Parts: sequence; structure tokens; C-alpha cells
Amino acid sequence: MVRDVAFGQYFPAKSLIHRLDPRAKLVMFTAYIVIIFCTFNFASLAVTTAFTVLFVALSGVPFKFYFKSLKVIILIVLITSLLNLFYGSGEPIWQWWIFRITQNGINRAIFVTLRIVCLILASSCLTFTTSPTEMTDAIERLMKPLKILHFPVHEIAMMMSLALRFVPTLLEETDKIMQAQKARGSDFESGGITKRVRALTPILVPLFVSAFRRAYEIATAMECRCYNGGDGRTRMKSIHLSARDCISFAVLGLVITGVILCNIFLEPAI
Amino acid sequence: MSFITLKDVVFSYDDIESNPNAPRAVDGVSMSVEKGEFVAVIGHNGCGKSTIAKHLNAMLLPDSGKVFVDSDDTSDENKTFDIRKKVGLVLQNPDNQLVASIVEEDVAFGPENLGVEPEEIRKRVDSALKAVGMYEYREHAPFKLSGGQKQRVAIAGILAIQPECIVLDEPTAMLDPSGRSEVMSTLLKLNREKKMTVVLITHYMDEAVLADRVIVMDGGRVLTEGTPEEVFSQVELLKKHRLDVPQSAELMYRLRGAGVEVSSIPLNVADCISALEEVLR
Repeated sequence: MVRDVAFGQYFPAKSLIHRLDPRAKLVMFTAYIVIIFCTFNFASLAVTTAFTVLFVALSGVPFKFYFKSLKVIILIVLITSLLNLFYGSGEPIWQWWIFRITQNGINRAIFVTLRIVCLILASSCLTFTTSPTEMTDAIERLMKPLKILHFPVHEIAMMMSLALRFVPTLLEETDKIMQAQKARGSDFESGGITKRVRALTPILVPLFVSAFRRAYEIATAMECRCYNGGDGRTRMKSIHLSARDCISFAVLGLVITGVILCNIFLEPAI
Repeated sequence: MSFITLKDVVFSYDDIESNPNAPRAVDGVSMSVEKGEFVAVIGHNGCGKSTIAKHLNAMLLPDSGKVFVDSDDTSDENKTFDIRKKVGLVLQNPDNQLVASIVEEDVAFGPENLGVEPEEIRKRVDSALKAVGMYEYREHAPFKLSGGQKQRVAIAGILAIQPECIVLDEPTAMLDPSGRSEVMSTLLKLNREKKMTVVLITHYMDEAVLADRVIVMDGGRVLTEGTPEEVFSQVELLKKHRLDVPQSAELMYRLRGAGVEVSSIPLNVADCISALEEVLR
């Protein structure tokens, strides 16, 4: 049940996007989030959407995985686009009781839908093509300058990668505990919200207890493998920028320039 | 001096100084492990065998007595990492030993901690994974592997540190029979082919039979030790301490009790058959 969440999972392959420097991917993703919310007319929206489609197509991950992660947010997309549809300003095209639809509202709905879909596609693309280790490695390297301020960069990166590693393990465990409690007559599926929330206690308590025990054992296992904090550590997969990364930066640069130019020279649609 | 030497080790999980009557997990254990040996330590739950395992790589330090690894005292803090480089410890639950989300990245964790050069790490990871027969799975996620496979990856993670001795604390306790045999054959291969010193802590007598030497523990002390033949022929002593003996040894023991003359105590099925043939002839 809890295991078919596709969002946030790594998909091992050898595509062009997989081989990009994770730091480059992370920086590009951050820039991309900003740019996707700076699209104010259809031309710039088309440019960013095309960019997303390009990356998704190059990622070598079957589209059904992207579709799976889109399925999770379909409700959010529907609600926000409906809200936007009815909250547009300007002359109404259609009106009934308190509901009125304007051209501005339709545009807003289209924009918000495409923006969220692009955002999910792009973030899925990032997590599908970047292993958690690469990701935390990239975060650690990017945040390295903060070390001067005694910010525990390595520790945070380590905690993140351990947390990511144990997501499936803990999900599996939750499933097991739920089944065990069901076998003893626990009921999670009926009753009001308070009753259902209360029914979670017999799941959460054993889950927390076992998580603490696990944490202790992991710490022991890490010490057994000579872990001694981040000082003097090396990495098997050292990451470095290559021509590929420069090209993708250039493409993103073009997209950013395109969006800015469109915003300057074309009328905003919303 | 032996590779690993324990001298009158006493250890309590309570504070033994303020409370001298605190229960002792290990109560005066002396033993040694030679290079290239395959030693099995057997005993009940709570007999102190896991505590002993953690003493061998300085995870625990004795309250009194000494542990020497390659003539280094484990209580010397400057030597802790040298000792852990020489003696690798594999724990019981394979899930809680794998720290990375990809098999090969997990195996690389140890050498990365030691600051080994990237190309050298790559070589070590590949050879460690080949040694445990998990090379084809190097890009898999650990949570999709079976218990036996995970435990082999955990062993590879220790091998990549290139220790001289590998200590395993009940590595098969959480595995199904096929996982158990996978792990055991991996260990035997490492010991026979790579001359790796192996200390196997277990409560399965059938695994202990495969070792060069067996140490039996009970109540925090060493009950008896010797070759599997020597140890398992003391059926009465083991029974008195509620320990099992391998099935074939048990059969012969009962036949003896029934008045059948049996020359030796066989430890595996093949020996058992030939011993029975001898009796029937």
C-alpha cells in the first residue's frame, strides 16, 4: 500500500541526465523553480514547458513513472485550478449565481496547472536521475562554504542520506506493524477522524521504539566501519563538472533569457 | 603471541565499580584466535558471546582484563581505528548495517571513512562484491534484496576495509535456511581461499561444526573449547548446559545409550551414514 509512491525514488539508468553533475542538477533545479513562477505569458510558459519536456525525454526514465508521481498531486492541481478559474478579474464570459468565469480566470487556471505539472515533472526528473548519495553529496559540497560559520554541513548531509536510506525500510515496518495490529483486532478504517487518529497510536509507538533501536544499531555498525565524522573522508564517486554540465547550463541560460525577453516584450496574460 | 588474545576479560553493562555485584555479561574469559583460523563461539542467548564479539574490535572495552589485537591493547584510544581496520565486525540485522541506498555505495562507506583514494575504493568495492558473489547486484537498492543477499553485502562492506580478521555476531540469526547457507558458504570460501581469519558467533550447532575450532560459552565463561569433534563428543556436558549438539552427534549419542557400539561421534550426515554402515556390517 504505502510502497507504490513513485515520487522521490531513484531510477538507476545511464542516461545523459543521470550523468550530469548532481550539483549542476541541483543548482539548475533551483533556478528552474524561480523561472517557472516568473512566466507571465504563453510564450514564456511554452519555453519553460518545452525545457521540462526535453529533460524528461532525455532522462531515460519510462513515462509511466512520471505519470505515477503526477497521479499523487492530481487533486491539488484540480482544486487550485478550479479556484483560480473562478477568481479571475475582468469581464465575465460566463456567469451563474456567485460563479463567474473570465478570460483572466481561464488563463490563470492554465498557468497554475502547467506550472505545478512542470514542477512535479522536474522534481521527479531530479530524484529519478540522482541517487540519494549523489544528492546529499551535492548538498554537502554546495553548502561547504557554510562550514566557516561552524555549520555542521557533513552531519546534516549524513543524516539526510541515512533518512533517505531508511524510508523504504520504515515503510515496510509500518506495514508489518499495521498488519500485526489488524490481526489483533485493531480497526483503522472506520469511525470519525478522532477515532482514526487515535487508532494510529498502537502503530506509532512500536514504530518509534523500533526506530530508536535501529538508530542505535546503525550507529554501532557505522563505528565498526571506522566512521569518524566528515574529516578526512574521500568519496568513491568523485563528482566534477564536465562539458555536459556546461551545455545544460547554456540551455537553461537560453530558457531564462527567453522568459525574461518574453516578459519584457509581450503582454502579460495573467 | 596470537593474533587476538583475551586475558581474563570481565565486562558488565552496569557500573561495576560502584556495584561490585552487578551482573557480569562476561566473567573472566581468556581465549585466543590465530591468524587464518575459523573459530566458532557458541552458547545460549545471554551467555556473553555477543559481548565478546564487541570486545574484539574495541566497540566495548573490558572492565578488567585485557584484549590484544595484533599486540595492540584495545583500551589504547590511539589504536582504536587501527584495530577496527584489522578486525571487522558484522552484526546480526543486515538491515541496520547498510547505510547507503545503493549496494556499491554502501560497500564503499568503509574505505571512504578511511580516506582511501577514489580509484582504489572502486577496486576494493568490486573485489569485495565479487568475493561475496554480489557483484551483479552492485547497482541495486539494498531494501530490494533478500536477507542472505543483504548480509553478504554487509560482509562485503567489511571486506572493503581489508581487515585481517572478520568477526560475525550471529549473522544468520535473522535469515531463512537458504540465506543461512549462502552466508556460511561465503564465509568458508573467504577462510579457505583468501586465508581470512573468521570468528563466527552463532547459536546454530550445524554452523559451528564447520569451524576449525569451537569455543563454548555459558554464563559469561568459557565452558569448553577444542575441535568440533572434541567439543561435540562431550554430549553430556553440552546437554547439562542445555546446549544442542548436531543431529548426527545426538543420534550416535542415543545409540550409544541404547548399547550400540559406535566408534566415533560423526558431525555431518555423510560421516553419520558411514558410521552407521560400520555398525550394521
